[in-house]
Amino acid sequence: MQQRCKVLAWITVIWGLTSAMAVAENSAPSIVLQSTTSTANSGLYEHLLPQFYTETGIRVHVVAVGTGQAIKNAQNGDGDVLLVHAQSAEEAFVEAGYGVARFDVMYNDFVIVGPADDPAGVTGLADPVAALQKIADTGSVFASRGDDSGTHKKERSLWWATRAQPDAASGRWYRETGSGMGATLNVAVGMGAYTLTDRATWISFKNKGEHVIHVEGTQALFNQYGVILVNPERHARVKAAEGQAFVDWIVSDRGQQAIADYRLDGQQLFFPNATVK
Amino acid sequence: MSERIALSALEDTPSLPLQACELSYVVGERTLINAVDLTLLPEVITVLMGPNGAGKSVLLQLLHGLRVPTRGQVLCAGQPLTTAHRLRQAMLFQQPVLLRRSVAANLDFVLKLRAPEDRHAERNRLLGDVGLLDKARQPARRLSGGEQQRLALARVLAVRPRVLFLDEPTANLDPASTALIENVVRRVHQAGTKVVFVSHDAAQGQRLADEVIFMNHGEVLEQTAAVHFFDAPTTRSARDYLAGKLVF
Amino acid sequence: MQDFGDAFALAGQLLVSFDPDLREIVGLSLRVSVTSVLIACLLGFPLGALIAVGRFPGRGLLHVFVSAMMGLPPVVVGLMVYLMLSNAGPLGSLQWLYSPAAMMIAQTVLITPIIAALTAQVVADLNREYHALFQSLCVPAHRRVAALLWDARFSLLTVALAGFGRAVAEVGAVMIVGGNIANLTRVMTTAIALETAKGELGLALALGMVLMLIAFAINAVLMVTRARAVERAYV
Repeated sequence: MQQRCKVLAWITVIWGLTSAMAVAENSAPSIVLQSTTSTANSGLYEHLLPQFYTETGIRVHVVAVGTGQAIKNAQNGDGDVLLVHAQSAEEAFVEAGYGVARFDVMYNDFVIVGPADDPAGVTGLADPVAALQKIADTGSVFASRGDDSGTHKKERSLWWATRAQPDAASGRWYRETGSGMGATLNVAVGMGAYTLTDRATWISFKNKGEHVIHVEGTQALFNQYGVILVNPERHARVKAAEGQAFVDWIVSDRGQQAIADYRLDGQQLFFPNATVK
Repeated sequence: MSERIALSALEDTPSLPLQACELSYVVGERTLINAVDLTLLPEVITVLMGPNGAGKSVLLQLLHGLRVPTRGQVLCAGQPLTTAHRLRQAMLFQQPVLLRRSVAANLDFVLKLRAPEDRHAERNRLLGDVGLLDKARQPARRLSGGEQQRLALARVLAVRPRVLFLDEPTANLDPASTALIENVVRRVHQAGTKVVFVSHDAAQGQRLADEVIFMNHGEVLEQTAAVHFFDAPTTRSARDYLAGKLVF
Repeated sequence: MQDFGDAFALAGQLLVSFDPDLREIVGLSLRVSVTSVLIACLLGFPLGALIAVGRFPGRGLLHVFVSAMMGLPPVVVGLMVYLMLSNAGPLGSLQWLYSPAAMMIAQTVLITPIIAALTAQVVADLNREYHALFQSLCVPAHRRVAALLWDARFSLLTVALAGFGRAVAEVGAVMIVGGNIANLTRVMTTAIALETAKGELGLALALGMVLMLIAFAINAVLMVTRARAVERAYV
């Protein structure tokens, strides 16, 4: 019996060692990029990162969460670079000393999607604020991220400009999913709700059902992405050199071109607009 | 207590005679053993008899230290019963409790506890004694009832007990297995082990017993030589019991 | 439903083509969950046995605590492990966050109480049968525990499997501490969550079916082992 216990113990140890070795194999230089679901789900990183890797030999591990959580994780030092889309929150992050500096990387835009029969009658409205007002007035169901993400912040700022009080209607026509963009789109499609989404996620989303874009193409729906190196003075374990290499690359001509080259179903999802070179 | 107790280290702890002094065992309102005084001498095979509920098993468990007496005490060679004594006692239960392992592994479990010099030889000797040598690799709990009890017997003998308690070990067995177990018990006794055997079977009592203790209602009514007990029991309860009547 | 038909076809296609991405994800899932189960068993078996046969102050409280921990939501476990392993946390220097090691820790924390509590039940049942024998033979406590665990081995296999089932199906904790990083910490469940988020419901369902197939295979192996044990009355 003891013999067999020993055998079991050894199997455990050997298994543990092989696991550890398999982990160690991945010890090429790497950084953790705290980013958003919208960029990750669209497939952009699968397009960009192999190119970055061949040029620099640095692997980028993308953690895709909402912008709010990404910033929070970066504040804890659990990431080397932040690539998100909530400019004021990003600036506050740098201001507080968590980040070195913020650079514009690229943009696309938000769109309001909803059921094709458009119960609120918002199709073609130029002003997203007016559209939301009509959704509220007609009591049409609206699915909100409700997760402090960049998209959610944008949506809140649009609601703020209306006279409607969505919080008072929470649980009735205003439904907060507390989930990522994809999950929220699934919910919206499932219950015939309107929702605000970034265009990249919408184009790459495969479960559109009967939903279509109703409101798009105005300055108010502009969606800017920025990149920030997490401050190594704040968190000593930040891989500053590798992280800086990524920041430098993505705002460089090569990185910007790579972003412009990424197309899904023939459509360009992100538009590079870095100003530093 | 050290993990392995070398047998030689125990040779100096005398176990006998085994005595019960004013031994009582009470559970709630019920007195299962009532002020029992008795002395068990090494030379004889003692058979405990009495009707169901007389307290035979409980007395055995008290003598073996499986239960703590409410009053009174058990003495081994004049000393209170301790673990050192208990290590040289063994008990065979009516229902053999076999480990979920092979026949050999069941013996090894005990042999490892007591660490004899040559475990392998000892195991084979014990298996030979109970006629299970050819079944050493078989799963213990797939043996027949008789074989299971023989294995259980071999296992208690692995302890090399000075005192062997048997609690109706043959109650569920066929005559052949019963005979084998009785023979082994007799041999063990001849080799110097004190045997205390609980039985309901008067014929078995006559075959085995040198002395009989007759119990009823938690009290010892008779302790006498077997020949006298079976020929002329002194108490009415014992006479009724041997005559196959209900005993009150 | 359209999705189910598509998903079946896709699942079959994925399996037949032995897709390298899928292989990696399945491999990591198994490695993380099996390792977690092994560690959880090393901790949970003795702990459960101790609860079952031990006689020490606070035993009842420990039992209640372990049983209560069974209901721990994975997300809470994930959050606790994240806070421990975060660079802002006490174990940040290990640099284990967003690695398979972090996922193993989270799953181990999650399933050790389950394994301990179920082990306590199994061992207590067996101890009822063995108690008098052990008393009679003056078996020391640590040998009792070892013997009970060994003799309950086939029941404990089922216990370990229950732990494995919970570990491999778990998504909340590994998502938080692993980060669902492609080619590093992406396992079956987080991949399913990701594909669902992308609206690739068919692919998500296909991955789910592959997961079920693995669970099915493991259960089948266990059933055979158990059946052999029953045959020999070792259960």
